[in-house]
Amino acid sequence: MIGRLFKFHGGIKPDAHKNESAGVAIRKAPLPPRLVVPLRQSARAGASCIVAVGQKVLKGERIGEPEGFLGTAVHAPTSGTVTAIDSCPMAHPSGLDTPCVVIEPDGEERWIEHATPFDHHTATREQALAWLRDCGIVGLGGATFPSHVKLGRGSGIETLILNGAECEPWITCDDRLMRERAADILAGANILRELIGARELIVGVEDNKPEAVAAMQAAAAGTAARVVAVPALYPAGGEKQLIRVLTGVEIPYGKLGGDYGVQCFNVGTAHAVYRAFIHGEPLISRIVTLTGNCETPGNWEVAIGTPVEDLLALARPRTDTDRYLMGGPMMGFAMPRLDVPVVKGTNCIISASPRLFPPAPPEQPCIRCTECAKACPVELQPFELYWFSRSKNFGKAQEYHLFDCIECGCCSYVCPAHIPLVDYFRFSKSEIWAREREKTAADQARERFEFRNFRQEREKAEKAAKLAAKAAETRAKLAEAGPAEAPAATDAPAAEDPKKALIAAALARAKAQKAEIQPQNTDNLSPQTQAEIADIEARRKVLEAVAATPAPQAAEAAAAPDEPRP
Amino acid sequence: MIHSPYVRKPVSVQRTMGLVLLALVPGIVAHVVFVGAGVLVNLAISTLTAVAAEALMLRLRKRPVGIAVADLSAVVTAWLVTLCFPPIVPWWLTVCAVLVAIVAVKHLYGGLGQNPFNPAMIAYCSMIVAFPALMSQWPPAGQLSFDTQLSLILGGPRDIDGITGATALDALRTGLRSGVQTVDKVLEGSAFGALGGRGWEWVSIGYVAGGLFLLAMRIITWHMPVAFIGVLAAIAGLFWLVDPGHFASPLFHLASGGAMLAAFFIVTDPVSGATTPRGKLLFAGGIALIAWLIRNFGAYPEGIAFGVLLMNMCVPLLDMKTQPRVFGHRHDLEGGGK
Repeated sequence: MIGRLFKFHGGIKPDAHKNESAGVAIRKAPLPPRLVVPLRQSARAGASCIVAVGQKVLKGERIGEPEGFLGTAVHAPTSGTVTAIDSCPMAHPSGLDTPCVVIEPDGEERWIEHATPFDHHTATREQALAWLRDCGIVGLGGATFPSHVKLGRGSGIETLILNGAECEPWITCDDRLMRERAADILAGANILRELIGARELIVGVEDNKPEAVAAMQAAAAGTAARVVAVPALYPAGGEKQLIRVLTGVEIPYGKLGGDYGVQCFNVGTAHAVYRAFIHGEPLISRIVTLTGNCETPGNWEVAIGTPVEDLLALARPRTDTDRYLMGGPMMGFAMPRLDVPVVKGTNCIISASPRLFPPAPPEQPCIRCTECAKACPVELQPFELYWFSRSKNFGKAQEYHLFDCIECGCCSYVCPAHIPLVDYFRFSKSEIWAREREKTAADQARERFEFRNFRQEREKAEKAAKLAAKAAETRAKLAEAGPAEAPAATDAPAAEDPKKALIAAALARAKAQKAEIQPQNTDNLSPQTQAEIADIEARRKVLEAVAATPAPQAAEAAAAPDEPRP
Repeated sequence: MIHSPYVRKPVSVQRTMGLVLLALVPGIVAHVVFVGAGVLVNLAISTLTAVAAEALMLRLRKRPVGIAVADLSAVVTAWLVTLCFPPIVPWWLTVCAVLVAIVAVKHLYGGLGQNPFNPAMIAYCSMIVAFPALMSQWPPAGQLSFDTQLSLILGGPRDIDGITGATALDALRTGLRSGVQTVDKVLEGSAFGALGGRGWEWVSIGYVAGGLFLLAMRIITWHMPVAFIGVLAAIAGLFWLVDPGHFASPLFHLASGGAMLAAFFIVTDPVSGATTPRGKLLFAGGIALIAWLIRNFGAYPEGIAFGVLLMNMCVPLLDMKTQPRVFGHRHDLEGGGK
């Protein structure tokens, strides 16, 4: 069964730097003195805390209940005591805080009662998806999208693709995992395949990892799974790029594989699924590559929540290390601080030195050489988007498919003028989002204003209707009471009379009310003060009269600034 | 850089421009060997003028001078100006042309990357309009000593008829316009060599070699040279087959004038040219078509420069109308995704 491979446009071949960390087997990282487990593993997968400070927890015990549609459960990575539930900084370019459960390990690694293996053959699909959610399974390729949601989407899926491409330079965690635990990965992949009802299982691995390809092929021998070595060309590991290479299907921006009969999972995710279904274990650890400018690069199995600074000690960064990158050098980010925990999406931490990652030369003018367009895997014209972004011509940028950009960094990588193109695109995207939000707010304000006008009109109409009804009623009463008194009256006077009668009655009631009213606190004032008050009252009346007439225009004028600008 | 990517390909504008200069060397060597060393003097004059003008303009525009001068783009412009000029133009003509190219065409529009027109071609067109006689004095290959060339460049007395002959294109045009001669008759006797003028053919071959080098180094793509040469050959061939008495062969057109210099070095200017693959084909093809029309029916013997400028004007439209399909949008024309 040899399928033909497809190509995607562009792509680059940066130095892979895989050998530094790929040679050593995965080791288990020692437990740090404290684990900081975020309740929110990504912007999407949230959980609410169900433990209290001081509580003893066991390894694998649930500490966070899934919250909302995209929520997944969070578990204690080891046994110990909850010492704090607090906001802690996260490994994110913004360094924003997120609520975390801080656990002090007791070092005993006592498991909760292992749930029995979950047999997805006897369970319903919903139960199986709920199990994934309760085990906290999210995509381990970096995006941490909840797996139960991804599996729940789309129907008639033919092909399950397992992403072992690992195209970013330096990272080798998937490589090592495939070499060492190929059978487990395939077992997990088969569970996933059965859950989505796919017929076909294809494992895509870049051909610069021959050992991983061989291990996976050995494990797949005799099964229906197909392990394919794809050409090493960054970003072949991008989900949509890999789907394109293996199946020829192109999935546009805003669409998911499920819509096109293809579903794609990372090999690490498949391994986590295997642990969850066969061993009943939640996702509490992952493989992290420590590499770059350090003495002992390698891959470590790390408990979620391990602070990065504790972990880095294992790799022994060299003294000229000036910063640390989380993720790969193409799409990762320089960590603003190191007292942040490893989360489910943390695949690699690179010790960076000026020697390995020299600072970019100064930006030069674009000469429209189109190197960026040649390298773009999405077939965009990055230099055009750059001109539009620079001139803040965001409408045009969107017309040229700005949002199709996957921010892979190929264009910045090849630019001879050293223009940080992706930075421009990130800027444009965030500006457009901000403007959309502003516009939404303005639209809401306008809608509120329009509704207020509508409501006032309606109330006026209702009042008039009520009045008319009342008048009709009185008229009817009068007609009943005195048909003899006005035998010759025509329709018109008859209509007038009851109105007059109504008015007279109302006036009488008002008079009576006025008489009943308590004396005001102004009544006992001196005549002079009372004259002043009368003066003020008179002025106020004039003002009210003035204010009453142009009120609608004034309201409109007040609302005008919120109108969407052309 | 603060944000990803943290790695970069070791390339630069300077490297790109440097490779273009390197690619011009075979043509220049052939020029020196077969036509004379005068071109080297002109190259020196134009380079010095260009660098000085570049530095001056950068300073006036309050831009960092060093890094922009070091990008070698001004030197490329200077060399292209000189190489498309007759090699014995007086020094002041070269200076004027380079000043037009660098000051007016490049910096008045915002400097490197901002000029809508090809600087060398504006320089060529403005000079041929201003000084038609000086701009059409092409020395026959190998007949002028270096001393003569030098004295002419330095502004010495010009005994025009004695020192220069008409170029092949010029002779052909004049001959055909007189109405009595055919292509074969014009070209048979005189000094026009096997293809487009004796000696000059070797210069053209030098440019082709440099162009292939640029293709191999991926500085230029195949689109423009192929479209330019293809369209020029196709239209010339069509008319030559129909009426060989009045239309020169495609080979003559390709080897004459600046066709090869244009195919690999002029139309491929990234800044003022089209950028999309289809746009590049249309752009270069359009230049070839206009050049052939001017060569056959226009007032000037050589029409490539005008063709380039006319097509420069079309670049925004070409780019806009030939945007490539974006990943996953294959079905856009058929009304959205699957």
